[in-house]
Amino acid sequence: MDSPFGLLAELTYRCPLACAYCSNPLNMEDYTDELGTDEWRRVLVEARDLGVLQCHLSGGEPLLRRDLEEIVAGAHEAGMYTNLVTSALGLSRRRADRLRAAGLDHVQVSIQADEPAVSDTIAGTPSFHRKIEAMGVVKELGWPLTLNVVLHRQNIDHVADLLALAEEVGADRVELANTQYYGWALRNRAALLPSRAQLAAAETVVRAARERLRDRMDVVYVIPDYYSRYPKPCMGGWASRQLTVTPNGDVLPCPAAQSLPLPRAGVREHPLSWIWAESPVMTAFRGTDWMPDPCRSCERRELDFGGCRCQAFQLTGDAARTDPVCHLSPDHAVVDQVVRAANEEARPADALLVPRPHRAGRP
Amino acid sequence: MDPTRNGPVRNGSTRDRPAPDGSAPDRSAGEVRVRHSDRPRLARHVRLSYSGTRQRHILLLPETVVVLNDSGAGILALCDGRRTVAEIAAELGTRYRRVPDDPVLDGEVRRFLARLVTRRCVELLDGSELPDGREHVDG
Ligand SMILES: C[S@@+](CC[C@H](N)C(=O)[O-])C[C@H]1O[C@@H](n2cnc3c(N)ncnc32)[C@H](O)[C@@H]1O
Ligand code: SF4
Ligand code: SF4
Repeated sequence: MDSPFGLLAELTYRCPLACAYCSNPLNMEDYTDELGTDEWRRVLVEARDLGVLQCHLSGGEPLLRRDLEEIVAGAHEAGMYTNLVTSALGLSRRRADRLRAAGLDHVQVSIQADEPAVSDTIAGTPSFHRKIEAMGVVKELGWPLTLNVVLHRQNIDHVADLLALAEEVGADRVELANTQYYGWALRNRAALLPSRAQLAAAETVVRAARERLRDRMDVVYVIPDYYSRYPKPCMGGWASRQLTVTPNGDVLPCPAAQSLPLPRAGVREHPLSWIWAESPVMTAFRGTDWMPDPCRSCERRELDFGGCRCQAFQLTGDAARTDPVCHLSPDHAVVDQVVRAANEEARPADALLVPRPHRAGRP
Repeated sequence: MDPTRNGPVRNGSTRDRPAPDGSAPDRSAGEVRVRHSDRPRLARHVRLSYSGTRQRHILLLPETVVVLNDSGAGILALCDGRRTVAEIAAELGTRYRRVPDDPVLDGEVRRFLARLVTRRCVELLDGSELPDGREHVDG
């Protein structure tokens, strides 16, 4: 067992936006009893002692936590590289100054589309202009800026304009990530999954841009696994390099793993080191011993680790099966069917999306 | 930040890695030419750090961790935007008691830096360019 490199600290699932592609859990009401400032600071020290070097502060919207500065300072004092993953709503100049002083290293701002109307519709809130403004503040304070865009059927045709926007705001990195189908995104899958033609066109644009911008901007493109022959090497292996702490203190190998029928292990009840090393949620799929065929005897088992456990569970009801995205999986037909539907001529480009609620119990 | 991809870990060894088929060393970074007169420094978004748990020096990037071996860490500690590549190689040569202008060490330093330039971890200031006042390593 290795020690983890990164901690994803999900500070809250509350959010001023309502993106229908959001990977946050559907059962947000289970996470309203949020860890306090001192609890987070203790978790950060425990994480440092475990070997964690990077702290991603995310959610929900981390800026909704009034104590974000103190949490950032805790991670910074623990020697971690601190990364804020935000919608940028609430990132005023004053707040930014305080975060800078607390030791925040890097800011990632997500945007929903390249033009205000579409972006605001997908976000469910007027937010585009405030995001652009906030990115200006990020640059002004000398932070490296990553622009995050989740790609799907309703915005992927605009990938060239999205790249132009990234250039315009002076992003150092742009991450164009095809939607991963967890949480609200899975619920909205039929309306979000792009067609093969859309993807091919986007990939041509991205390849050219990557070449053109090589010296100026990192262009990260995350491929859509539903269209791949092999699954993604999810998280670099189950409980191998990363861990997630949810708003109420549950510890997971990745944020989506909350959907699996595994016993919970929380930082309020257990030391982080014990959870990482021994709790069932961490050991369930660590390594390769759990694998069924075809993975067990496959030469790619150390390359993709059999894909994503959460996806296997969502699509087959059994987390220990081969990720159905793999063309060798006996369950691959379920993915095939969804992909076929996404490529039917009659499928609309702008089917209705179910927005993620802003908070538990108040959609 | 994609929820399934969080944080790749790379190996930042100074040793030339064999190609996937096990044959010749990886020269994929060969496109970037590092000259003796270049003055390398860490890119702004990169931090050199030490992991007590692993007893290794580490490069920290927004979403990547690069684990360094001792010679890599030794090279990067000298990349301050003032020293030239030639000076860095000479300084390491003295430290490791190599012969002056050891071509093996010189090649190792330049290939290592070229790989990190390709990954945008290291920037090269032109030999004629004066380094600006910006601090090269934050903390
Ligand atoms: C869940 S959000 C929380 C932080 C903040 N509210 C935001 O949206 O930037 C964390 C990151 O995941 C991305 N994201 C959200 N849902 C996703 C999905 N279904 N697939 C891939 N990335 C997703 C967001 O764009 C953001 O960069
Ligand atoms: S709804 Fe949008 S902004 Fe809010 S957490 Fe989800 S992805 Fe981030
Ligand atoms: S069979 Fe399993 S290990 Fe082999 S490629 Fe498919 S998912 Fe990966």
